[in-house]
Amino acid sequence: MIVILKIICALIWFLTLTLYLTWLERKESAVIQDRIGANRASIFGIRVIGLFQPFADAIKMIFKEDFAPAFSRKFLHTLAPFVSFFFVAITISAIPFGDFIRLGGRTISLQILDINVGLLFILAMLSLGIYGIILSGWASNNRFTLIGGLRGAAQLISYEVALGFSLIGLIMVYPSLRLSGIAQEQGELLFGFLPKWGIFLQPLGFIIFFFAALAETKRVPFDLPEGESEIIGFFTEYSGLKWGLFMMTDFMEIIVVSCLVITLFFGAWQVPWLASDGFHFPGGGQWMLPHWLVVIFQVAAFNIKVFFFCWLQILIRWTYPRFRYDQLMNLGWKLLIPLSLVNIVGTGIVMSI
Amino acid sequence: MIEALGYFIEIIRGSLITARHFVVNMAFHILKLFGIKTKRKGAVTIQYPEQKKELASRHRSLHRLLTREGGKPRCVACMLCVTVCPSECIYVEAAEDPDPEIQKYPAKFIIDLSRCCFCGFCVEACPEDAIRMDSGQIEFAEYSRQDLIYDLNKLIG
Repeated sequence: MIVILKIICALIWFLTLTLYLTWLERKESAVIQDRIGANRASIFGIRVIGLFQPFADAIKMIFKEDFAPAFSRKFLHTLAPFVSFFFVAITISAIPFGDFIRLGGRTISLQILDINVGLLFILAMLSLGIYGIILSGWASNNRFTLIGGLRGAAQLISYEVALGFSLIGLIMVYPSLRLSGIAQEQGELLFGFLPKWGIFLQPLGFIIFFFAALAETKRVPFDLPEGESEIIGFFTEYSGLKWGLFMMTDFMEIIVVSCLVITLFFGAWQVPWLASDGFHFPGGGQWMLPHWLVVIFQVAAFNIKVFFFCWLQILIRWTYPRFRYDQLMNLGWKLLIPLSLVNIVGTGIVMSI
Repeated sequence: MIEALGYFIEIIRGSLITARHFVVNMAFHILKLFGIKTKRKGAVTIQYPEQKKELASRHRSLHRLLTREGGKPRCVACMLCVTVCPSECIYVEAAEDPDPEIQKYPAKFIIDLSRCCFCGFCVEACPEDAIRMDSGQIEFAEYSRQDLIYDLNKLIG
């Protein structure tokens, strides 16, 4: 019962954030480029800086013609967007939103499923998302989409290696694959004052992970699978709501990557020096807080960190031009993977000293 | 490796530039939200239908036929504008005027705006200063091409 409630809450959080990321993307890009951005969508003449824009977009997308080319494989063509949507949406189940909450004598952890291999689960589900890309490229039965899908698959598989390797150092430091365990570990202190976050223990690992994760989201510096206008991508033959699902998948991937980055490297829901009974400052000061306030602090910290990384990813998307394909492969295979191996060896040496 | 590090630094500098734009513009937007007037604005956008930019003084907008004191057009139907018009969109039909000083006046003066390319040659060719392109009107889109054929009444008015 509680699990269902948790799933509903998490999905509402996830989908609302996805919806408003589309708005944030437009507004943020506008502000970066000295423009104003979408602000015309209104309900009864009220337009709150374009906050109704996502709904207008959704209505437009629902009523557009859902066109499937006559030569496509109909069943797989329909299945593909749902596959990629599902495998991204399911990853949210392993992300810890907060520590735990005590309600009426019961202790509820703020995580849908506390899987003991949560990290591997998320990585596996993200890689299964490749099937959505290949399926859509192949089922459209169009040569260009097929090539786009293959490009996407090659890119994702290459960066999957760096993504996995960059986390090995982290797993060595926090000997756990359980995301709640990793989050718990990061509450401790380093040298008595520094929070024991992944970024301080694994700076190189963070950089490699972040780059590889950006490549996994298939957005602009790494958007070779899509390449909307120049190199035709895998969802060219899609329109209407199915195309919208692919678009939503992109934005959901941003959120998932942000969640992963903060869970692994930025202390998940941890606020520096906040234990379960209040703040314990390194100088010796203390500030005791009731349980509900601590939970609010933790969830707020989680949300702020996620927002920041979503913002950062959109900033990156609107700053850099696209890689050439050989540059992309060079970055993945010749730079990130050797660096991640160096990171593993270095972590091992430091740990054994 | 060192080359790659150089690229990496440039990549970070690039994102710092966009981040600076974001922060500065956002600060001006927030100041505006609180009603504080600043010299600079957060965006260079002109919100068109509500806000309009002032046209330049030499801007060529919709044609205007000038009139004499009596309200008649100044045009003497000399056909110079018809001759010079590169898109051949002006049609003038001359008629005799009882006044010996004027001699001719346009019975019909039609400009097909769907063909006009707003080059302003007709204005330059006119010896009587009877046609000008300074009405300041730039919005005259129509649903049918028929509505874009402007006659004497519309051009004078």
